[in-house]
Amino acid sequence: MKLLVCISNVPDTTTKVKFVDDNKKFDETGVQWVINPWDELSLTRALEMKDDPASGIKTVTIAHVGSATAEPTIRKALAIGADDAIRVNAVPADAYYVASQLAEVVRTEKFDLVMCGIESSDHNGSLVGGMLAELLDFPSVSAVSYLKIENGQAIINREIDGGKEIVSVPFPFVAIVQKGIAKEPRIAAMRGIMMARTKPIKVVEPVNIESFTEVTGFEMPKPRAACRFIDAENVKQLIEVLQNEAKVI
Amino acid sequence: MSVLVYTENWDGKFKKLSFELVSYASKVAEMLNTTATALSIGNVEEAELQKLGNFGVKKIIHARIDGLNILDNQAYTKTIADIATKEGATVLVLSNNNTGKALAPRLSVRLKAGIGSGVGKLPLGVDPFVVYKRAYSGNAFAHLTIKTPIRILTLAQNSFGLIEKNAGAALENLSVQVDGTLVKTTVKEVQKLTGKILLTDADIVVSGGRGMKSPDNWGPLVELADLLGAATACSRPVSDEGWRGHEEHTGQTGKIIAPILYIAIGISGATQHLAGVSSSKYIVAVNTDKDAPIFEAAQFGIVGDAQKVLPKLVEAVKEMKAR
Ligand SMILES: Cc1cc2nc3c(=O)[nH]c(=O)nc-3n(C[C@H](O)[C@H](O)[C@H](O)COP(=O)(O)OP(=O)(O)OC[C@H]3O[C@@H](n4cnc5c(N)ncnc54)[C@H](O)[C@@H]3O)c2cc1C
Ligand SMILES: Nc1ncnc2c1ncn2[C@@H]1O[C@H](COP(=O)(O)O)[C@@H](O)[C@H]1O
Repeated sequence: MKLLVCISNVPDTTTKVKFVDDNKKFDETGVQWVINPWDELSLTRALEMKDDPASGIKTVTIAHVGSATAEPTIRKALAIGADDAIRVNAVPADAYYVASQLAEVVRTEKFDLVMCGIESSDHNGSLVGGMLAELLDFPSVSAVSYLKIENGQAIINREIDGGKEIVSVPFPFVAIVQKGIAKEPRIAAMRGIMMARTKPIKVVEPVNIESFTEVTGFEMPKPRAACRFIDAENVKQLIEVLQNEAKVI
Repeated sequence: MSVLVYTENWDGKFKKLSFELVSYASKVAEMLNTTATALSIGNVEEAELQKLGNFGVKKIIHARIDGLNILDNQAYTKTIADIATKEGATVLVLSNNNTGKALAPRLSVRLKAGIGSGVGKLPLGVDPFVVYKRAYSGNAFAHLTIKTPIRILTLAQNSFGLIEKNAGAALENLSVQVDGTLVKTTVKEVQKLTGKILLTDADIVVSGGRGMKSPDNWGPLVELADLLGAATACSRPVSDEGWRGHEEHTGQTGKIIAPILYIAIGISGATQHLAGVSSSKYIVAVNTDKDAPIFEAAQFGIVGDAQKVLPKLVEAVKEMKAR
């Protein structure tokens, strides 16, 4: 069984977000790039599953659509334990563009299971996984908080409002994973870092696709009014303010 | 041309989020000089369906579907796409909840429709079609131009509010047959928490962080939540430690919520936490450290010890209720 983990390369979650070019472009100066948090957990779970011989998983490959500047992030994923990587050499224009490139990768390399994160922390799209599945005509399961493969069958927990469902779909399929899929991201050990240097990163050229959307500008959130402090000895006043002024309780 | 809004139901009932979606879709339709149609799939009683008509839609399509009582993403996508095409919908609106996130991207591919996900406001313009959406986990908003003739929007919960308008909606019953071979999902078991206010639905949320010190200190926090009709939540370390259940974890890697009031007790206000709660209308913080970043996001704050402040808050709410 061949598994593909799709990885997006995002600014570190503590980045001070700024824009340049009249708020049209994200300011990349000094930004640390990391594996999207969801994808890190998704990769962790993929490797945990591969460690279990009953899963039948032979290889874990990672795929990224992006320019060569993302290679440190790809190397990191290899150091954590992925077997090899595929990079589609293109600037990700939008989710549809990215999903179309990934679909081509899956078609040529024939993966049995594709894992995507629920969202990238920069675009907050929650789109690529579902689009990829529809492009491939694969089943998809979204909001996956647990995944296990046993005797050629996938056991999946899918989060629903106020609970979860235990579901199954036939291979090949796309799992769109979220909180719970792995506890802590796996960390690259020294040996992994050494080995990653020689693991293959296959670079493929993109297929020609028109994007559906385009970001034409950014705005910063409106600054909030300064906090009004209420004396800890006079807690009652807070309740009064919430009731009579803000009118929210 | 029309705007089609997919209104999910929960055991045959709609929620506030359904009415918010319909209100939003009706306003988008106005911007396009057209009308909005609501689509409901599954068994919903007529009286419940008619409630959708109070929020501006002109038509309500009720599709009773045989063989589709579980969410199968492929079968649902095909069904909704076919109805959208038949209706000549140029805009499709869904919630940005789990169901919307599962279906909208698939619909986007099927209908060749560009998508604005997690929008929180009306489009900034319709020609070109530009939407305003959350980006960088709430640290910014993007203007996204959708270039395709059909557009899909997923609305962030609690971001728009309700707009009542009776447009004299007509109810149309459809009976749809789903090709059984299309349904690939089997549901083996359903586990539901009952009797709790859902975090994503709640107008008020009371949330605790590591400043609560121990899992044994949650009594007054839960009591406060009960008194306010609020849901309870927590920061990530609290759920990681197992002090509270994982379903309560809010933030970038947990639930993203936008209640009217978010009360943060003993939470420092790390960017990853704020990413999940910064769209709340009001934030109240209780923290011993006056320099904690949570106070930069809060409108009201108390510098004090949670163990001392919480019982006083409980008392004050009880007094308020007694008045
Ligand atoms: C990739 C990534 C994703 C993350 N995602 C999330 C996420 O989704 N959600 C999330 O919450 N975190 C997330 N985090 C973790 C986040 O960075 C913070 O570590 C976390 O939010 C801190 O939780 P806290 O505020 O409860 O604890 P702390 O940071 O330990 O803060 C405790 C606060 O309590 C106050 N305090 C102490 N004693 C008292 C008292 N007696 N009374 C009142 N106040 C008191 C302290 O002054 C302090 O401000 C993420 C981190 C990373 C790296
Ligand atoms: N450029 C990319 N290359 C590979 N995978 C991606 C890329 N962008 C997004 N993804 C995958 O799609 C998921 C959801 O991203 P998004 O739809 O952008 O929110 C991510 O968690 C990744 O698994």
